[in-house]
Amino acid sequence: MPPLAKTPLHDWHVDQGARMVDFAGWSMPVQYRSIVDEHLATRRAAGVFDVSHMARLRFDGSDSAALLDRVLTRRVSDLTPGRIRYSLVTNDQGGILDDVLVYHFQTPSGRQYHLMVVNASNRQKIVRWLEQPLAMAGDVQMQDRTEQTAMISVQGPAAVPIVAGLVPAKVGDLGYYHGVVTEQFGRPCTVSRTGYTGEDGFELIVRAEDAVDVWKNLFRAGRDAGITAAGLGTRDTLRLEAGMPLYGHELSEQIDPYQAGLGFAVNLKDRSFPGRDALVRLKDQPRSLVRVGLELTGRRVAREHDQVLRDGQPVGQVTSGTFSPTLQKPVAMAYVPLSASDPDTPLVVDVRGRPLAARVVPLPFYKRPTG
Amino acid sequence: MNEENLLYSSSHEWVRVTEDEGGKVATIGISAFAVQQLTDLVFMELPEVGREVAAGDEFGEVESVKAVSPMYSPVDGEIIAVNSALPDRLETLGEDPYDQGWIIKVRLTDEASLAKLMDYPTYQKQCSEEG
Repeated sequence: MPPLAKTPLHDWHVDQGARMVDFAGWSMPVQYRSIVDEHLATRRAAGVFDVSHMARLRFDGSDSAALLDRVLTRRVSDLTPGRIRYSLVTNDQGGILDDVLVYHFQTPSGRQYHLMVVNASNRQKIVRWLEQPLAMAGDVQMQDRTEQTAMISVQGPAAVPIVAGLVPAKVGDLGYYHGVVTEQFGRPCTVSRTGYTGEDGFELIVRAEDAVDVWKNLFRAGRDAGITAAGLGTRDTLRLEAGMPLYGHELSEQIDPYQAGLGFAVNLKDRSFPGRDALVRLKDQPRSLVRVGLELTGRRVAREHDQVLRDGQPVGQVTSGTFSPTLQKPVAMAYVPLSASDPDTPLVVDVRGRPLAARVVPLPFYKRPTG
Repeated sequence: MNEENLLYSSSHEWVRVTEDEGGKVATIGISAFAVQQLTDLVFMELPEVGREVAAGDEFGEVESVKAVSPMYSPVDGEIIAVNSALPDRLETLGEDPYDQGWIIKVRLTDEASLAKLMDYPTYQKQCSEEG
């Protein structure tokens, strides 16, 4: 085993007494103290997450968008500078290789580039997947910028005033899935209105050498608002409540976008990309399995790989489960047959040999109050 | 209750042995270190009174947001009491793990297993190596 990679914020996490775990080859904080406390603080005020393990691939050159169009399930060549799009990368069978965000940025000096943020666990796979299209592309230079940069996510109702006070750009006016290249006290920084928690918030990308200063600035700015450092444990419970799929759990090469409920992230019209023809066929077929939300009775938690039964017969599998800190009950996501996917369908989950009553509920489990 | 006078298992249960009507009774709980490692407890399953357990047998489980952990009996005997108020007040385990946070009481049928348990300094050493 090679030694674990460390983000620029690693020593800060350790100094704070965080519990560090191996996540996709990175030493990452799973929790500082309590997952529930960090979770509720993010929903009520703001949580700050080190997400530097996510891979950041930068594309420069006039053919960048054309290259990305040839590998993504959605077009990105129509993204104007400052816009961001969620997309998938699929294999020839239409199975999901990764889910990604693609950013079109323009620096203050007018230079334009694309950025693709990839799951840490899929970094090598996606870099390899891009090798052939890159070799055939015209004016595109790809750089893996993961090690040279850090990525910090600030999420929660207090995130907007906290970040807005630290950068000259009017980030409070940014729409969802919009981003800007700006600076923080002279340090270059991108700010995007994106996240993975179901809350409003921002993700910041900074140079590795600036990461600790930016991180500390956020805490200084957010202290009175109740800002909290939050670990991957909380990131998982937040995204689960928000009904968001996680690669390696809800998403894999054996799952297609329609099963995963991600049909919105596939654009087939006048497109050519790996898996496109398979997806044309899959789109109109009845789904063999669909991703659903489950609520369980009692307090025992269904976990990944637990079997889902209907009338005593195994019909599906849990892909993620936790005890929802917001709803105060166990929730899970699972793949079940289409015929068992309607809301309120009564099912049973075999939790370590104990049959527990469950019912299908619409996703997301949690939606933030708007207004 | 002074935690320095208790015995400990390598799986983080504590044991207090008292005399009771001529026999010996072990009161069993989980250590403050274990509670702190688990964090965010949401569920506990207790065994039925009257069940026979052997040292090393799973007698219940405690579940946190992150994971589920079995609890193992450190002794041989019959379960004569369970702290049935505990599952509805799991915070007691953090607040008072060695007194109000007791989990089961076992009437010992064999005392040999007690010799395999650790004293407080030995257990502290194990915790510092794990933590």
